[in-house]
Amino acid sequence: MQGKTLLDKLWDYHRVADAGDGYDLLAIDRLLLHERTGGVALKSLAERGLPVKAPDRVFALMDHIVSFREGRGRDEARSPGGEVFITQTREMAQKEQIHLIDTDSPMQGIVHVVAPEKGIALPGLSMVCPDSHTCSLGALGALAWGVGSSEAEHVMATGAIRVKKPDQMQIVVNGELQHGVSAKDLALHLIAKHGASGGKRCAIEFSGTTIDALSVEERLTLCNLAVEFAAFTAIIAPDKKTLDFVRDSEFGPQKNNIEKAESMWLSLCSDDHAQFDEIIEIDASQIKPQISWGTSPEETIGVDDVIPDTASLKSLTYMGLQVGEKIQGKNIGGAFIGSCTNGRLSDLISASEILRGQKVAAGVKAVCVPGSKTVKHEAEKLGLDQIFKQAGFEWGEPGCAMCFYAGGETFPPEARVVSSTNRNFEGRQGPGVRTHLAAPSVVAASAIAGAICSPSELKNFKCEQ
Amino acid sequence: MKKTFSRHSGVAAPLLIDNIDTDQIIPSREMKTVSKEGLGEGLFAGWRYTEVGGREPNQEFVLNQNSKIDSTILIAGSNFGCGSSREHAVWALSEYGIRVILAVSFGEIFHANCLRNGILAVSLSQDNIDALANASNEGEITVDLVEQTVSAASIKDWKCDFEIGAYPKKMLMEGLCPIEMTLTNEKAIDAFLQVDKETRPWVYTV
Ligand code: SF4
Repeated sequence: MQGKTLLDKLWDYHRVADAGDGYDLLAIDRLLLHERTGGVALKSLAERGLPVKAPDRVFALMDHIVSFREGRGRDEARSPGGEVFITQTREMAQKEQIHLIDTDSPMQGIVHVVAPEKGIALPGLSMVCPDSHTCSLGALGALAWGVGSSEAEHVMATGAIRVKKPDQMQIVVNGELQHGVSAKDLALHLIAKHGASGGKRCAIEFSGTTIDALSVEERLTLCNLAVEFAAFTAIIAPDKKTLDFVRDSEFGPQKNNIEKAESMWLSLCSDDHAQFDEIIEIDASQIKPQISWGTSPEETIGVDDVIPDTASLKSLTYMGLQVGEKIQGKNIGGAFIGSCTNGRLSDLISASEILRGQKVAAGVKAVCVPGSKTVKHEAEKLGLDQIFKQAGFEWGEPGCAMCFYAGGETFPPEARVVSSTNRNFEGRQGPGVRTHLAAPSVVAASAIAGAICSPSELKNFKCEQ
Repeated sequence: MKKTFSRHSGVAAPLLIDNIDTDQIIPSREMKTVSKEGLGEGLFAGWRYTEVGGREPNQEFVLNQNSKIDSTILIAGSNFGCGSSREHAVWALSEYGIRVILAVSFGEIFHANCLRNGILAVSLSQDNIDALANASNEGEITVDLVEQTVSAASIKDWKCDFEIGAYPKKMLMEGLCPIEMTLTNEKAIDAFLQVDKETRPWVYTV
């Protein structure tokens, strides 16, 4: 008999009925909402007069447009008129009696950071959220993907979702990542090499020795970028590290169930002879620190490479770059560290190692916003806030912050910004803003150099200036 | 979902750019209320207007050209609607009057959102997209969901086929409500929950 993949196991477990024409009806264990797209789903459901079927398994968080200003008010938004999203989501959440992690909760933060941190996301769960980066949660060995607001409404009303099983892709990553090369670089390299549509709507399982060696936080970063690769979602089989990561979390299993849960989770892996529709192999040892130069994540090169002659004119024009130019050394006006991609404690640690005792170059607006209150608190216990602040970084209140422009404060048009986020689309961080995606360490090094720079080049670079 | 769909003829606007993301379709700053309505004006705002937040039409943008203002069909490149899951992109398109999107490929969540809102999103080969984009300047385009074909008034005796699953086809043609359809399976869902509460009690103790 042919073996089952990890996806098959998760899928079959949650499959409630055949919904016809290749669609399945899957039971959904957790629905996550945020104020930007969740409020409208809650409101629309109420308008139809339908109740939430399992309110205790629905969580609403405030992250997208909450202000990141220190000492922000409870309803303070960073976009003009944005308060209404916060207040209405709160009101609806309270009315429907779903879990609410409000602006002033000590657990507040970006949904994809908070969910794994607090055990809202667990191995083996099926989860959806009206947010495309929900694929991050697959890093725990869960079936999690982003949906639209109407789908979220559907899950609230029925506890299930109608969905077609995706094709499956295995991405096997072997070899040791070079010093200073992170999960972010691995993900950007993958997208650059196989294109922003390369994931072909597949469910991707990442495996191999490199994946085994990654921390759970790095795995979350890797799976986070699956949607930029046009994948349905990504998953990684749970291992001992995963179990340690979720143990004793607020919403995780209680003591009397933990043993049963853990043994079940460890059985979640692809069988030896399981078949995939596509396989990609990657040698991790060949990957260098990456940076995007264009307006799609696939327009990415090594930090020490030149802009390829295949570059699209539209992207070059928007980014103010030319074919054949070196990207390293391009002056920057901004640096941002944060987001659901790289706003976790290990990301802040890796940036702080470069920033310690250094100063951000003149003319660079540098901002760090921890992904959650918990990350912020842990970072402050380690004194990281002091390192960031002394270097000249703004240290903000948790949320999505400058990952996307929602109106309000941003970098000026044409500002070149190195950012630890996931999207470099035109206008993503503000009208005309030129976003370069990179790992937090590259953002930190560039902020100090005042120009795009890899951490290993920072020394030479400063001499040249 | 109330709109039903069988056959549609209309003006088509070519927007032959790859990777048009949902931030482009509706910029976040244009999502002003907790509602599905009032979004049509913000459609393609970054390209359609001369200034951020302004309403002065940028004459170079295709939907501002006299012959294209009333477009009901869009013709695009690959990976249309990639990026953020915001369904506002589809609500904005729908409010503007777009009924069909022809593209080489689509962002996954966007594609599902279209179906949910009665917009027919069809994948065609690059060659067919190019042919239709050319033809769109000289007459209407017709999309027949029953026959699963696309044709152009300006190309005689030519049509191309497209694929669509029986389920999305039925949803679009009959304007079915997925929530109502799923509620007919409520017994099966509840049976799953009953067993699962025994197997995975930790899922339910929150
Ligand atoms: S941090 Fe950015 S990508 Fe992540 S959920 Fe927030 S807006 Fe989306």
